[in-house]
Amino acid sequence: MIAQNVVFWILAVAMVLAAIGVVRSNNLVHAALYLVVVLAGSAAQFILLAAEFVAWVQVLIYIGAVIILFLFGIMLTRAPMREDLALDNDQRLAAAVVSLFLLGVLSTLLIQAFGDSKIDITGPQGSELVNNGRAGTLAESIFSTYVLPFELVSILLLASLIGAVVLARRD
Amino acid sequence: MMNFAWLIPAIPVVSFALILFFGKKMPRQGSEIGIAAIASSFVLSCIVTVQWIQRVDETVSEHGLGIVRAIGKGLLANSEEGVAITPVINTVEWFRIGTLEVAVGTQIDGLAVMMLFVVTLISLLVHIYSTSYMHGDVRYTYFYAALSLFTASMLTLVVAPNTLQLLVGWELVGLCSFMLIGHWWEEKANTNAALKAFLTTRTGDIGLMIGVIVTFFAAGQTFDIVQINVLALEGHGGHTIWMVGASCLLVGIIGKSGQFPLHTWLPDAMAGPTPVSALIHAATMVVAGVYLGARMYGVFWQGFSIADGGVNPMALVGGITILIGAALAFVQDDIKKVLAYSTISQLGYMVMGLGIGAWVGAVFHLFTHAFFKALLFLGAGSIAYSGTHHSFDMKKDMGGLRKHMPVTFWTFIIGSFALAGIFPLAGFWSKDEILATAGQGGYEIFMVVGLVGAFLTAGYMTRCVWLSFFGEYRGHAHPHESPKPIIVPLIVLAVFSVLAGLANASAFGIEKFKEYIEPHGEAFPEVLTPQFDVGLAALSFAIVVIAIGVGGFFWVDRRELRALKGLTDRSGTAKAGHSFLMNKYYLDHLYERGIVGGIKGPIARAAYWLNQNVIDGVVNAAGRGSAALGRLTYRFVDQDVVDKAVNSIAQETGNVGGLLRYVQSGRVQRYALMLFGAVGVLALSLVIFS
Amino acid sequence: MILAQFLVLAAVLFCIGVYGVLARRNGVLVLMSVELMLNAVNINLIAFSAYLRETSGQVFALFVITIAAAEVGVGLAIVLLIYRNISSPDLDQLDQMSG
Repeated sequence: MIAQNVVFWILAVAMVLAAIGVVRSNNLVHAALYLVVVLAGSAAQFILLAAEFVAWVQVLIYIGAVIILFLFGIMLTRAPMREDLALDNDQRLAAAVVSLFLLGVLSTLLIQAFGDSKIDITGPQGSELVNNGRAGTLAESIFSTYVLPFELVSILLLASLIGAVVLARRD
Repeated sequence: MMNFAWLIPAIPVVSFALILFFGKKMPRQGSEIGIAAIASSFVLSCIVTVQWIQRVDETVSEHGLGIVRAIGKGLLANSEEGVAITPVINTVEWFRIGTLEVAVGTQIDGLAVMMLFVVTLISLLVHIYSTSYMHGDVRYTYFYAALSLFTASMLTLVVAPNTLQLLVGWELVGLCSFMLIGHWWEEKANTNAALKAFLTTRTGDIGLMIGVIVTFFAAGQTFDIVQINVLALEGHGGHTIWMVGASCLLVGIIGKSGQFPLHTWLPDAMAGPTPVSALIHAATMVVAGVYLGARMYGVFWQGFSIADGGVNPMALVGGITILIGAALAFVQDDIKKVLAYSTISQLGYMVMGLGIGAWVGAVFHLFTHAFFKALLFLGAGSIAYSGTHHSFDMKKDMGGLRKHMPVTFWTFIIGSFALAGIFPLAGFWSKDEILATAGQGGYEIFMVVGLVGAFLTAGYMTRCVWLSFFGEYRGHAHPHESPKPIIVPLIVLAVFSVLAGLANASAFGIEKFKEYIEPHGEAFPEVLTPQFDVGLAALSFAIVVIAIGVGGFFWVDRRELRALKGLTDRSGTAKAGHSFLMNKYYLDHLYERGIVGGIKGPIARAAYWLNQNVIDGVVNAAGRGSAALGRLTYRFVDQDVVDKAVNSIAQETGNVGGLLRYVQSGRVQRYALMLFGAVGVLALSLVIFS
Repeated sequence: MILAQFLVLAAVLFCIGVYGVLARRNGVLVLMSVELMLNAVNINLIAFSAYLRETSGQVFALFVITIAAAEVGVGLAIVLLIYRNISSPDLDQLDQMSG
C-alpha cells in the first residue's frame, strides 16, 4: 500500500506542476509538451488503479494522436513560438479567483462525501480489479450493455470528421 | 379502424422521408408520392369519420329514443344525464420519468375527426393544385417533402391525447411553416418573412410551454388532456391556477392564430408560395391555436369563468382582432394580403366564439372557414398563375378578369359570399351560430362586435372582388383560364363552401355538427345551445347585403363619387388615418425598433424613438383622427389603453436591456467566467444548505 | 489508497483547466485546457470504477477519450477558421457579439 501511495504522490505532484505549466507557459510548444506530461501521468494513475486497457488507450489516443493534432494546430495558426507575454488575457486575476474558489468548493465537497472510502487493491479483490481492467472484460461490456452508445459514438466521430473537413476547407 | 388512427399521421411522415430520398428519381419528381400518401390519409380519415358517427349513433340508441330526440332538438346539454360518448384513446409508452409515464398515441373524438377530415382534404387539394402551380420550380421535390411533413405535423397535433405530444406537433408545424414560407429564400424579403413568422409564433410558444407546465401541475402531474379538462372543470386546486394556465395557453393561441397583438407575422407569411398560404391559413398552422382552445376547453371555461358572461381576455382578444384585421384589409392592394387580414379577422371570430362559450360555433366556423378561405387563396393563386403573370397587385395588374377566367371568377365569388356570410352559404351558418350564442349567453357587446365585423368583411370582399374581376384589365399579361389541376380543387372547394354550412343549419333543425362533434361528458362544460334567432340572422344578413351594396356603390366607377375617392390624397385628416392603417397601427415598428432595438441599443435612443414615433404618432393620429369624418372614423380602434401599456412595457424592456448590455461583452471567455463563477456559487450553496 | 486522493487530484487538474479556459487568449491553448478538464473527469471515472468494482466507469472513460478526440478535431478546425478570418488565433478579438 505504501509503495502505491508513494508512486501516487510523486505522479500527482508532477501532474499538477505540469498542468500549471500548460496554463502558465508563454510558449505554445512547451505548453503542448507539458500537456504530454499530464496525460502520461494520468495514464500511469490508471495503471495504479488497475485500468490497464484504458491506460494504453490514453497513451495511444491522447499522446499519440491528440497532441500531434495540437502541434499541427499550433503550426497552422502560425502562433508565436517565442516567449510572449500576450498569451494571457486581461481577466487572468478573475479567472484565478474563480478557479481557486471552485477548487475550494469541489474539494470540500469531495472530502466530505468520500473522505474515508478506501480502494482495496490487495488480495482476491485486487485480482478482480485487474480482471475488470482487461480488454476482454471491457469489450464484453461495450458490446453487450453499451452497444448503442458505442454505435452513437462512432456516428459522432464520423460527424466530427466531416464537420472538421467542412470547417477547415478553403472555398 | 379507429384503433389504427395512428396511420393517418404516420403515412405522410413516411412519404416525407421517401420524397426526400427518392423524390428526384421519380418520373414526376416526388409529387406522386406526396399525393398518394395524402390521398390514403384522406381515405383513412373518411373511414374514421364514418366510424365515429356510427359510434355516436350506437351510444345514443343504447340510451333509448328519448335522448335521440333530445339530441335532435339540441337539448342534450340541458338535460341532466347527458350521454358520455368517450373518445377512443390508444397510446403506447413514449418514455418514463420516475413514476410519470408519458405516452404517445391517438385520441379520436368528434373534434379530432372533424380536423382530420379538413386537414387531409385541404392538404390533398393543395397537393394536386401544386402540381401545376409549382411546376418547374427549382425545389419542386423539396416543396412536396415539406408539404408532407407539414401535414403530418398538423395531424400529429390533432390526434394528440396529451399536451406533450400536442406541443411536439405544434412546434413541428411552426418549423414546417418556416421552411415553406421561406421556400423562395433567394429573395431577402422571403427569408425575413419566414424568420418573422417563426420568431413571432415562438414568442407565443413560450406562453404555451408555460401553460403546459402549469396545467401539468394543476392537474396533479399529468399531461393527459381529458384528465386536465375534467380536473379543470371541477376547479381542482382552486380557480387561480387555472386562470394562470388559461392565460398562458391563450398567449400560445395569440401567437399561433395571429391574434392581436401578435398578428403581424401573418400578412408577411404571404411571401411563401400561394398553395402554402392556403394550407397555412385554412387547415394547418393558424387553426392550430383555435384547435388548442377547443381541445383544452375545460381549462379556459374554468380559468376565464366563461359561463358568467361579461368580458374575459379570450373574448376580448378575439373581438379586437376581428375589428383591426377587417379594418386593415381595406387598405391592402395585394390580394393575398387582403385575404391574410381577412383570415386574422375570421380567426378572431373563432377565438371570440371560444371566449364567449360558443364552442360549437367556433369549431363550426373553423370547419367552414377552412373551405372558403382555402378556396379564396387558391383562387388568388389561379389569378396570379394565369391572369397576371405572378403578380398579386389588384390595382396594377388585375381588373376585368371575369371574362377571361370564368371558373376562377365564379368560384371566387362563391368563396367571397361564403366568407361574407350570404345565406345559405357556409359562412352564414357558422357566423350566425357564434352571434346567436353571444346574444343569448350574456355577451351582447361581442355580438355587436361580430355584426360590425360582418359589415367590414362584406365591405372589403366587395372591394377585393371588384378590383380583381370587374372594370378594365390593367395588367400586361394575356389572361386565360387556369389548367385542370388548379380548376378542379377550386370547384371541389366551392362545392364544400356552399354545402358545409348545412351540416349545422340550425334554422332547418339540422344540428349534425352539434350531435357528432360536440363532446359530452365530464371533460366538457355544459355549453349553451343557442336557439335559432330569425331576427338576428335577418339582421346580420341585411348588414352583409348593405355592406356589399355600399361597397359596390363606392368602388364602382361613378362620377358623382369622384369627390370622395380622392379623399385620402387631399384631406390631411383622412390621409393620416389612411397612413395609420397602411402602417398597420405601427405595431411592426414598435416590435422591430421598440423591443428588438430597445434590447440592443442604449436607453436614450429607445426612449427618444418611442417619444418621437409612437407617442407622437399616436397622439397626432388620435388628435387628427378625432376630427376625421366619413368612412375612416369607424376604423379607429381605441388605441390609448393598449398603446400605453405596450409603450411602458417597451420602455421597461429598454431600461433593463440598457443595464444588461454591460454584461454582453461579446467575449466568450467573459461569459465562461460568469458561468463558472455561478457554478461555484451554486455548488457552495449546496454544501451550505445540505 | 483512499478514493478521495484521486478525486482531489482530479479536482485540482479540473480547476487548473478552468483557469486555462478563462485566462488564455490563444485558441489552441484554450483547447489544451479543455483537454485538461476532460482528463480530470477520466481520472474520476476510473477511480470510481475501481472503488465500486464496476467496468462501467472504464467504458465511460473510453467514450470520453473518443469524444475528446472528436472535440479536438472540430475545435482545431474552428480555431483555424478563426485564424483565417481575423488573421490571428486570439479569442479576444472575437467580440462581434458585443451588445
